Amino acid sequence: MKILIDKNQLNEKIKQIAGQIVSNIPAETDIAIIGIRSRGEILAQRLVKALKTHFSGRILNGTLDITLYRDDLNEPKEVQPTVRSTEIDFDITDKLILLVDDVLHTGRSVRAAMDALTDLGRPRLMRLAVLVDRGHHEYPICADYVGLKTDVDESQVVQVNFIEIDKEDRVIVE
Amino acid sequence: MKNESQRILIKGGRLIDPKNSIDRVADILLADEQVVRIGSKLTEPADRVMDAAGKIVAPGLIDLHVHFREPGDEEEETIASGSAAAVAGGFTSVVCMPNTTPPVDEATSVEYVHRMGRQARKTFVYVMGAITKERAGKELSEMGLMTQAGAIGFTDDGSGVQDTGVMLRAMKYASIFGRVVAQHCEDRSLGKNGVMNAGYNATVLGLPGMDPLAEELMLWRDIQLVKKTGVRYHAQHISTAGSVNIIRQAKVEGLPVTCEVTPHHLLLTEEAIVDYDTNYKVNPPLRTKKDIESLMQAIADGIIDALATDHAPHLRSEKELEFLTAPCGIAGIECALSLYRKALIDTGVCDWSRMLAMLTFKPAAVLNVAKGSLAVGDRADVVVIDPDAQWTVDAEKFYSKGRNCPYHGWQVKGKVLYTLVAGEVRFEEKE
Amino acid sequence: MSTHSRTGKIQWTRKHLIGINDLSREEIEFILDTAQGFEEFSTRSIKKAPPLRGKVVVNMFFEDSTRTRNSFTLAASRLSADVIEFTEKSSSVSKGETLIDTARNLEAMGVDIVVIRHSAGGAPKLLTRCIHACVVNAGDGYHEHPTQALLDVYTIRQVRGPLDGLRIGIVGDIAHSRVARSDIYAMTKLGAEVTLVGPPTLMPARVQELPVKVSHRLDDVIEKLDVINMLRIQFERLGGNPFPSVREYSRFFGLTVDRMKRAKPNMLVMHPGPMNRGVEIESEVADGPNSVILRQVSNGLAVRMAVLFLVNQAATQETKEK
Repeated sequence: MKILIDKNQLNEKIKQIAGQIVSNIPAETDIAIIGIRSRGEILAQRLVKALKTHFSGRILNGTLDITLYRDDLNEPKEVQPTVRSTEIDFDITDKLILLVDDVLHTGRSVRAAMDALTDLGRPRLMRLAVLVDRGHHEYPICADYVGLKTDVDESQVVQVNFIEIDKEDRVIVE
Repeated sequence: MKNESQRILIKGGRLIDPKNSIDRVADILLADEQVVRIGSKLTEPADRVMDAAGKIVAPGLIDLHVHFREPGDEEEETIASGSAAAVAGGFTSVVCMPNTTPPVDEATSVEYVHRMGRQARKTFVYVMGAITKERAGKELSEMGLMTQAGAIGFTDDGSGVQDTGVMLRAMKYASIFGRVVAQHCEDRSLGKNGVMNAGYNATVLGLPGMDPLAEELMLWRDIQLVKKTGVRYHAQHISTAGSVNIIRQAKVEGLPVTCEVTPHHLLLTEEAIVDYDTNYKVNPPLRTKKDIESLMQAIADGIIDALATDHAPHLRSEKELEFLTAPCGIAGIECALSLYRKALIDTGVCDWSRMLAMLTFKPAAVLNVAKGSLAVGDRADVVVIDPDAQWTVDAEKFYSKGRNCPYHGWQVKGKVLYTLVAGEVRFEEKE
Repeated sequence: MSTHSRTGKIQWTRKHLIGINDLSREEIEFILDTAQGFEEFSTRSIKKAPPLRGKVVVNMFFEDSTRTRNSFTLAASRLSADVIEFTEKSSSVSKGETLIDTARNLEAMGVDIVVIRHSAGGAPKLLTRCIHACVVNAGDGYHEHPTQALLDVYTIRQVRGPLDGLRIGIVGDIAHSRVARSDIYAMTKLGAEVTLVGPPTLMPARVQELPVKVSHRLDDVIEKLDVINMLRIQFERLGGNPFPSVREYSRFFGLTVDRMKRAKPNMLVMHPGPMNRGVEIESEVADGPNSVILRQVSNGLAVRMAVLFLVNQAATQETKEK
């Protein structure tokens, strides 16, 4: 096990992502920050906090469950996927969507998230923010805002911990 | 036209002849369709000598209640296939029920069943005629003509005669001919469309239940009619503790009432039906532990006259129907003896001699025929049993066409080695 | 049947849903939690998701039931399955083809999930023994109607929170009701106290051995109830005449405005539908503020989506084990 981002660095990384977003999106824009369950959801909530002071437009927040859109749903797997609710209580049509996930790896989750979102409406713009981009993308998907871009061997797993649901804030490689 | 009869000597077996209170090691010589001699160390010449050391030699078994489905449902069973199954089970006489298609309700049908039985040349085939035309419970059938044709008794088996007036008339009329009147006791206004015992399991499975009272009420009613008419009455396949009490009381009163019990009502309860397995669908339905205990007690007390299989083969495709619509019945004549042993001897309810009594002379008495005994001069219907041979019931290997057997796969003890009818070997175990 | 995974989360392993009696409390809760994920579908712009894409669901209905069939059809469609409707009112035997023949025929067309409604208790169980597809019981005879019970407890949980300690009355023809049986199992497993109310002529054999209380007078119990489920009087199923007249039945067992005055003010009023207005329930009560009858219908959709999704997942896992 190797610590990729420790407790203190993690907040810095989130600030860094927020900074990229602020420099890229005009402050008066309405923005909908949607996290992918379950770690993306927490990252999204933290980004909402970090961006609040910088944006004059409305910041909406929602959570997306992508289970039903996974491309491996009809393949046998180790751990059975659990369906949870998608909590987006606003119309996403014509909104600027900031999609948030903890780790970008194969790109399959993001693909599923885009399908799930477009079933809810037709956004004006969609951007992707991730805490870690670990490389080895299998689908043609890249993140717009990245906390840490690194190259992790395919055999290893990048795990993000948040104090809200785990013991502490950190990102590790196993 | 007598066939060239072989002389057969069965040596060294344990001869159990309950009618004559015999239970000892003895040799027995058969010739000319009869028992010729009984004694120890017989040395008479014989065409065939069977070594029966360690085996039981008994009068051929009698089954008061079988369904051989002919005429009409030959795909399920024929008198030939059923007869082959019967001798494999040790039965030298069976009584076919009249609920065929068409039902046996007139003399020609009686003669037909007898003829097919003779042609099969396995077990001796008796038949009961229907009490009412078409078994419809309305008009009396020609019981006199059927008696002349050889019908051994009367029943509407498959259902009971619902109308009390009709039953009274039938019993009065039947008394002329001296044949037994038998009844499948089931009051339809109470039993209705029940497909299993009206108990907790029926409630959980959501299946319509058959109230034990449906059986008991008709049995009680019939016994009142016996008191009035004096006719010999036989209660078929009784299944409840209440029925046992009614029969017990009737016997105390000295009424001419007899009864029979099936292997499944001694071995299985309604709890077997948890999975809607239609092989457990029978009529009367499987009851409860308490009922089994009561039947066992009745056997111990000598209240039960006969053990009868109610052998009822059905097509696989019929038994694959929904539990609600599948037909009732179990095909089990070939393993019946082992089942009786399991139910009665292994549990200590009775010994071989008392058990064989309910399979030989007592059912013969119900029918009023001179069978079920092995004294010198008696007809040479004999069964040789290995009482402790272990085997596994395999319905796929039955001589019967029926595969609807819930005992399939059971490990049982007691095997029929030879069945002789009128001195002729009609079945021989080949292992 | 189901095992807990390392994470404490349940692993759903049943490819058939035959009855609630078979399920553990955890399994029931797992279905309800999953259903929650499907609840928002009705408000979406595209009311469809792809998890059963390319799968075939057949609705085998041997008994009339517009609403349950529609609910299953819609649930399957929303999961992107292809749906075959098979309706056969006459009994299978009469036309010479058995239930098993029919099912095997359908299976030969590549059906993945069979949803079956049948007048004979045990028919769904029978199917599980002879076909490979998933089998979902949409009501069999007087046996079980698991999805109805699931939507009932889902609705109660949605409005009142956990069922632990709630007092629930089920009123009417218990003997001929598959809904009552499934409800009894679901509600008691989730910790509620169930009282069956109806005349003795409409109670099944050995009812006292079920985990319930029994009352023959609605007036004796109505004040204590938190939830009341009014069963439909199914005139087509009643044998003989278990009660003298509809008028007399409604007087003693109907949920009337008058009776409602004696009930707790927040008592939930449920009905599995379709209602006989004026027989077991007065219109004013059915449409009144305590009624959650329409909510039951919309929740039925979410619950059935969850069930179809889960049995298919279990079947997917099974292919791995083979």
